[in-house]
Amino acid sequence: MPRTVRDVVFVDGVRTPFGKAGPKGIYHETRADDLVVKAIRELLRRNPGLDPKKVDEVAIAATTQIGDQGLTIGRTAGILAGLPQSVPGYSIDRMCAGALTAVTTTAGSIAFGAYDAVIAGGVEHMGRHPMGEGVDPNPRFVSEKLVDESALFMGMTAENLHDRYPHITKQRADEYAVRSQEKAAKAYANGKIQADLVPISVRRTNEEAGETGWGLVTADEPMRPGTTLENLAGLKTPFRVHGRVTAGNAAGLNDGATASIIASEDFARENNLPVKMRLVSYAFAGVEPEVMGYGPIPATEKALAKAGLSIEDINLFEINEAFAVQVLAFLDHYGIADDDARVNQYGGAIAYGHPLASSGVRLMTQLARQFEEQPHVRYGLTTMCVGFGMGATVIWENPNFEGEK
Amino acid sequence: MSTTAELLKGAAELFPDEVVTQAHVRHFDLPFGAGRFALITLDNGLDHTKPTTFGPQSLANLDAAIDQVERDSAAGEIVGVGITGKPFIFAVGADLKGVELLKKHDDALAIGKGGHEVFKRLAALAVPTFAYYNGAAMGGGVEVGLHCKYRTVSKAIPAFSLPEVFLGLVPGWGGCALLPNLIGADKAVSVIIENSLNQNKQLKGQQVYDLGIADAIFEGADFLEQSLLWTASVLKGEIVVDRPVIDRGEAWDQAVAKGRFIADSKVHGAAPAAYRALDIIARAKNGDLQQGYDAEDVALADLIMGGELRAGIYAFNLVQKRGKRPAGAPDKNLARPVTKVGVVGAGLMASQLALLFLRRLEVPVVLTDIDQERVDKGVGYVHAEIDKLLGKGRINQDKANRLKALVTGVLDKAEGFSDADFVIEAVFEEIGVKQQVFAEVEAVAPAHAIFATNTSSLSVSEMASKLKNPERVVGFHFFNPVAVLPLLEIVRGEQTDDASLATAFAVAKKLKKTAVLVKDAPAFVVNRILTRFMGEIQNVIDEGTPVDVAEKAVEPLGLPMSPLVLLELVGPAIGLHVSETLNKAFPDRFTVSPNLKSVVEAGKRGFYVYDSGKPELDPEVAALLKQGDSVLTEDQVRARVLDAVAQEIGIMLDEGVVAEAQDIDLCLITGAGWPFHLGGITPYLDREGVSERVNGKKFLEPGVASVPA
Repeated sequence: MPRTVRDVVFVDGVRTPFGKAGPKGIYHETRADDLVVKAIRELLRRNPGLDPKKVDEVAIAATTQIGDQGLTIGRTAGILAGLPQSVPGYSIDRMCAGALTAVTTTAGSIAFGAYDAVIAGGVEHMGRHPMGEGVDPNPRFVSEKLVDESALFMGMTAENLHDRYPHITKQRADEYAVRSQEKAAKAYANGKIQADLVPISVRRTNEEAGETGWGLVTADEPMRPGTTLENLAGLKTPFRVHGRVTAGNAAGLNDGATASIIASEDFARENNLPVKMRLVSYAFAGVEPEVMGYGPIPATEKALAKAGLSIEDINLFEINEAFAVQVLAFLDHYGIADDDARVNQYGGAIAYGHPLASSGVRLMTQLARQFEEQPHVRYGLTTMCVGFGMGATVIWENPNFEGEK
Repeated sequence: MSTTAELLKGAAELFPDEVVTQAHVRHFDLPFGAGRFALITLDNGLDHTKPTTFGPQSLANLDAAIDQVERDSAAGEIVGVGITGKPFIFAVGADLKGVELLKKHDDALAIGKGGHEVFKRLAALAVPTFAYYNGAAMGGGVEVGLHCKYRTVSKAIPAFSLPEVFLGLVPGWGGCALLPNLIGADKAVSVIIENSLNQNKQLKGQQVYDLGIADAIFEGADFLEQSLLWTASVLKGEIVVDRPVIDRGEAWDQAVAKGRFIADSKVHGAAPAAYRALDIIARAKNGDLQQGYDAEDVALADLIMGGELRAGIYAFNLVQKRGKRPAGAPDKNLARPVTKVGVVGAGLMASQLALLFLRRLEVPVVLTDIDQERVDKGVGYVHAEIDKLLGKGRINQDKANRLKALVTGVLDKAEGFSDADFVIEAVFEEIGVKQQVFAEVEAVAPAHAIFATNTSSLSVSEMASKLKNPERVVGFHFFNPVAVLPLLEIVRGEQTDDASLATAFAVAKKLKKTAVLVKDAPAFVVNRILTRFMGEIQNVIDEGTPVDVAEKAVEPLGLPMSPLVLLELVGPAIGLHVSETLNKAFPDRFTVSPNLKSVVEAGKRGFYVYDSGKPELDPEVAALLKQGDSVLTEDQVRARVLDAVAQEIGIMLDEGVVAEAQDIDLCLITGAGWPFHLGGITPYLDREGVSERVNGKKFLEPGVASVPA
């Protein structure tokens, strides 16, 4: 049977505001599945052209797939969101790159012709499911020295990355973090973020956490606008005495969910759906687990090679800011300045937060907004580091591009 | 402290055990830059199985929450106020336990006024108010929302009602005055009167919206988010709520007249609540809300201090609580599992029982009878009923297939019952026949199997007496129609053991029946009282009182139907048979009416003809009647009938037929459909002085189903 690979597009993406994990966090009494369900519903409301019956798959990522993130959340979330029972769903896990992998895996299937349109997203409620909940690493990892003991602790891998690149100092990392907060605050002030947020009703019964009763969350909780270098200088380095990684130059522990519509370009056009980004290539790569923050570099190399592009062709970057050092390692590798205007224009996870498996779609949603505003840009990429030594990169083309091809 | 706060503080002192509802106030920014908002959450801190209610302290908490939002509003800090409930529950109205405790008219008045004073403040706020009916809303819960300017409702709401009239009250925190002014008198009468008197029918979310009670409806999955987005749009003027104009002309009077007709047909003037509610709705036509609220206060206080409401609450508690935890039932852990049911007989009653066991237990059910034709007919009946359920969409095809495969019929009891855990007989009412049947079943059934009999008048102990294991026999007396009437009289024979009895109660629970433990006494509870009641009516007719006078005499009780209409429904022949049985047991009190005998002998199936549309005494029956010359008035007839009933119940309690008078009332409510406002019957007999006249004492302690002393 002759086959034609089909173009795949990012139709639309939304997310819940991100919250701080923990007893005082906005989502402390909110279920993880409810977060992703509400994101899916908003996505469907925003895109009435997509007949829910025509959704071929619901792929939802979560790192800790137990409790309200278990039970094959892609399937249960579909039913809870009111999708027809005929729409199937499944769960995905690639830790931090969960939602990104939900997009690429379904995109591959769309290109192959198995699907026309899917919902892909992710959720992580790190308050209800702290990192490492229920894990049981094989003792051979340590006994046979397959990985360094620090590989399981992301903060330690970030310290390891500082060791590898001594020129990436704590000072540089803190400066990067301050800029991330500034850019995020500016993006909020300019209304770049709110349009893609789903308001979430939240209940609070614990008086110590604030006013009780039902409330409504319409903004990200972790943001710290006005953060200064002085603020950051005094923070503890919890992963190593006299270390460099602090709560200020890393993403926090967060709760949140994202969802996107991915479709074949033909399907999107036939159904009058928006085409916000066109998929060019994607790649995943493995690195030493104890320096997992290095992962985006080989992943990007692979993705560029597959696309036949070079880094110079990329004019917008959305890099997940798990740690400032990991972004800086990437920028140094490609000779890009720390404050290059093409990188994380709206700020990043240091400001917004990083609910592990949900973050990939946040990067895409923000890149899509930037594409819309910057028709002179043809290519952009979304990239993230992944636990246990991986990187993930997706290269996108701007359908609004007005330049010469 | 405001006068409202003082009023509520006084009321709260009368009700120290209130489950208190908190009114949390939380502030946040609405989307689209619509401004800062204050949302009140009503929450009693318990899960959804303990719905949020309003007692005096709860109202005081809401009052305090309104103090806060009033200050916010005066300071220009908020653009609107909302009110909603905890998950799955909005609020289900006044706490009835608090109402039961009220002893004085003034205290009752304070409850009405307290609610009004607090709720009215919501309407008086300077900023727009919004109610978000997120879950179950009843009575005062519905009413607090009616005081808001706008309402949204969740599509997922299973229950929304103003059930006050059902209990014997009026919607007295604004419901009677506000609802007709919001949606018109006709729809308001449907909600307040018709639904209440129609077994307290509940509205679903969609109906709440369609009636115009809510201005917007959203799905349950993100109801509050969408309600708040809608609120933002309303506040920004992007959505304008447009409600239809209310017809304040003749339609209003017609609606009230319709309400009176419904009330007459249901309670025959015997319970005041519906009429009081209709009076207020009638006056609400002029749109003067305060006048309506004042009328509500008075009606509420009068009704709270009246016997009908106390009887109504008593009846409600019997059905909701005692009906679910039967008095005298043995430890439920003694119950044995029932994985297969045998039914002896395949006639209509047996087939109905087979269907019920099949649907509720979902285990194999085997029918047996004396020939293949009857067996086939029985199984055929069950299959046809399953098809009807399928046709109505009550079950799906898979369930229909499953149920049909579970029901079988055989001639050979050994084949059918060798692995049955529970065998029920519904064969001819003759002790010898039943003894024979159980002996045959015992020969083939497992040693642990329970034998149940659906006898209505024979002795369970006698039926068991010839068995090797008489301790396994229990009475399982259903009421016709089996699918409709909830009551199941569970009869303990002299030798019945606890395990068999516990199994019977466990099965009853799975059958979703209201089980009452009854001693093995002639005709048990409902039939004995009904027969004594009917017997006295027949006596006065036989002695010379005209039929219509005898019938009308008991109308003020508001029974579901007149005595002779009931006898028609039961069948005169069966009625005669039961009266003969009881006459044998208690010849001094139970008579056999010669007139009834001749009606039965003439082959008549009823007393009335309905050619004119109304029941009229059948001339053929009239010709058969031989009456004496003692003509009584309605009052005299009623006194005789009630005296007889009070005497019989007194004797039954002395004999220990049931544990308490409460069980008698529970039986009459769930097995004979006797109304809530009578509390079954003993609260009424106490209230009317009949109990003391006949037995020298009341059946119930003061406060149990009456205003406490």
